[in-house]
Amino acid sequence: MAENFSYKEAPDVSMLGEGPRPEPPRRTFLFWLGAAMNAAVGVMIALPILGYVFSSWRGSGWQKWTSLGKEDQFPKGQTRLSSYVNPFKTPWDGYTADTPCWVRRMEDGSFTVFAINCAHLGCPVRWFPESRLFMCPCHGGVYYADGTHAAGPPPRGLYKYQNRIVDGNLEILAGRLPTLQQST
Amino acid sequence: MNTAPLKRFLNWFESRLHLAEVIGPSATHSVPQSARWWYVFGSMTLTLFILQISTGICLSLAYVPSGNEAWESLMYMNYELYMGWFLRAMHVWGSHLMITFMSIHMMQVFLYGAFKFPRELTWIVGLGLFLCTLAMGFTGQVLRWDQDAYWGLGVGMAMVGRVPWIGPELVHFVLGGAIIGSEALSRFFALHVFVLPGALFGLIGLHLLLVIKCGINETPTPGYHVNKKTYFEKYETEVKKRGMPFFPNAAARDMVAVAITLFLVILFAMLFGPSGPIGKPDPVLIDTAPDPDFWFMSIFAVLALLPPYMETFLIIGFPILAATILILLPFISGRGEKHWKRRPFSVIFLIFLMLALGALTYLAYIAPWSPVMNAWRGIPTPVAYVKGRTPLELQGAMVLQNKQCRNCHALKGRGGHRGPQLDDIATRLNTDQMIRQVIQGGGNMPAYGKNLSPESVTAVVSFLQTMHPDWEHEPAAGFPMSPRKTQDADPPVF
Repeated sequence: MAENFSYKEAPDVSMLGEGPRPEPPRRTFLFWLGAAMNAAVGVMIALPILGYVFSSWRGSGWQKWTSLGKEDQFPKGQTRLSSYVNPFKTPWDGYTADTPCWVRRMEDGSFTVFAINCAHLGCPVRWFPESRLFMCPCHGGVYYADGTHAAGPPPRGLYKYQNRIVDGNLEILAGRLPTLQQST
Repeated sequence: MNTAPLKRFLNWFESRLHLAEVIGPSATHSVPQSARWWYVFGSMTLTLFILQISTGICLSLAYVPSGNEAWESLMYMNYELYMGWFLRAMHVWGSHLMITFMSIHMMQVFLYGAFKFPRELTWIVGLGLFLCTLAMGFTGQVLRWDQDAYWGLGVGMAMVGRVPWIGPELVHFVLGGAIIGSEALSRFFALHVFVLPGALFGLIGLHLLLVIKCGINETPTPGYHVNKKTYFEKYETEVKKRGMPFFPNAAARDMVAVAITLFLVILFAMLFGPSGPIGKPDPVLIDTAPDPDFWFMSIFAVLALLPPYMETFLIIGFPILAATILILLPFISGRGEKHWKRRPFSVIFLIFLMLALGALTYLAYIAPWSPVMNAWRGIPTPVAYVKGRTPLELQGAMVLQNKQCRNCHALKGRGGHRGPQLDDIATRLNTDQMIRQVIQGGGNMPAYGKNLSPESVTAVVSFLQTMHPDWEHEPAAGFPMSPRKTQDADPPVF
């Protein structure tokens, strides 16, 4: 038999045609009951998944007062690179949670703390004390010492952190990547 | 040879699977004989996708999607894991070639009018494949967790952050948090490894099904107009009269092309090796300027060149506009002439697009808009410009270097090109104009009024007033008055 066997002779069950029609009332009820039950469990599964995936939506909640260290380490009249550990870090963030920022201390002792990110597209700006300018390496954004826009494509000045002095420590309100509609 | 046992063995499976019934007619369906070498690029792209899956699975054996360890795991693959560098190299060159061949495939389809009736959906599904592949490119670049990846993702988020109203929420959604860190990396890992490949599998299935159901586009002849009423009839006669089975006839060309494709991947991987990772993505190491991979370089250039008021609109609006036009293309021009010789507007558009992309990519590589951050301390002042100069002028030359002017202004071609070269600036600006320009800035130059002492301004302007083209410095025979003579006058006093 095997010698002459052709696959065409084997029945393909999926091709056998329609089965007998279901009796309408009870089957219809069961169908809609099944649909409703699945819709219910679908919502019960979808809600926690959506909540989980969108859990990083905290509105303005991604901010915490974070210390940059003793205020005395920043000389008056100078702008220095500093960094802080992001207050919302995960244990495996490691060094990627270290966030740089520019600390400018005025002659009167008050502070302005700038985000490292250029207001154009977020590249890291560098401070040049000789010409007293911040320059961005990406598209040539330039800012003055006080963070105002000097040249190039940025639509605004540098992002600034709110700062305060607590027990001789300089603290900034930090925790999120600044973007055009939600700065530091 | 007695093939009966083999036949029996195969029949055992076939009587249960009915595979040959499904695949057989598809593999041997007739395709127009005119489908020749230009038709191989789709198969090449598909092959590269399969290669990317294979090498990608291998990479996942060693890659650690953690902010703190991803970079180290890549270095481990490059230098310690046996053949790790080669797998990484094949994956990155596979991706470059996949995007390249996919683009050629798309251009061929465009020029051959293959998107027209009845293959509108094939074209639209193909667009989905194109977008998903570009997304694979971007997410893959993020997984190469180095400085380019870190700051490149920052650039991406700065763009997403500009979306009206929901920008910040979108940023936090994509990042899985509020900073570029581990949770962001995990999200991109999930996209690159699960979500996008899943979507690609589905779309490729649809695309191939459509290719079989709607047929391969016949090579158009000039003068033939697609007509919805007669198209199928004509296609069928064409295929019946001058058709050939896809397998093995048309498939032979594909097989040759596929082998060449894979050989190219191996060749490039061996010659050029893996891509990066460059510097460790430690955000505190800020002496870095991120560059995207080549297929996004043109976008990077556009972002430098756009006037600021157009930026947000174009960053958000242009991709939506471009996608809409491409989706609507088969409905706007789904009938009529197919041959590129009779579609001058299409050909001009494609040439324009290629020239624009090429020019922008070239510009992005030389990046004339970027200040050269270490030009001021790293590039010497040309000797010719300090020979025979007065002390005041030499002082000015010092100011020009020390105040970072050369980060944006080149001398003898070296330095930044953000601002004009200064080699012959004295022929364009007189002393007063120069003083005004230095102090007040303008035309994309910062105002140095507060940052330069009046003495420094005097010095730098007197130096710049010596900047004439070389030939002006040589007094012509019988011409006692050379421009250089003006330098003997007293410097300006403010």
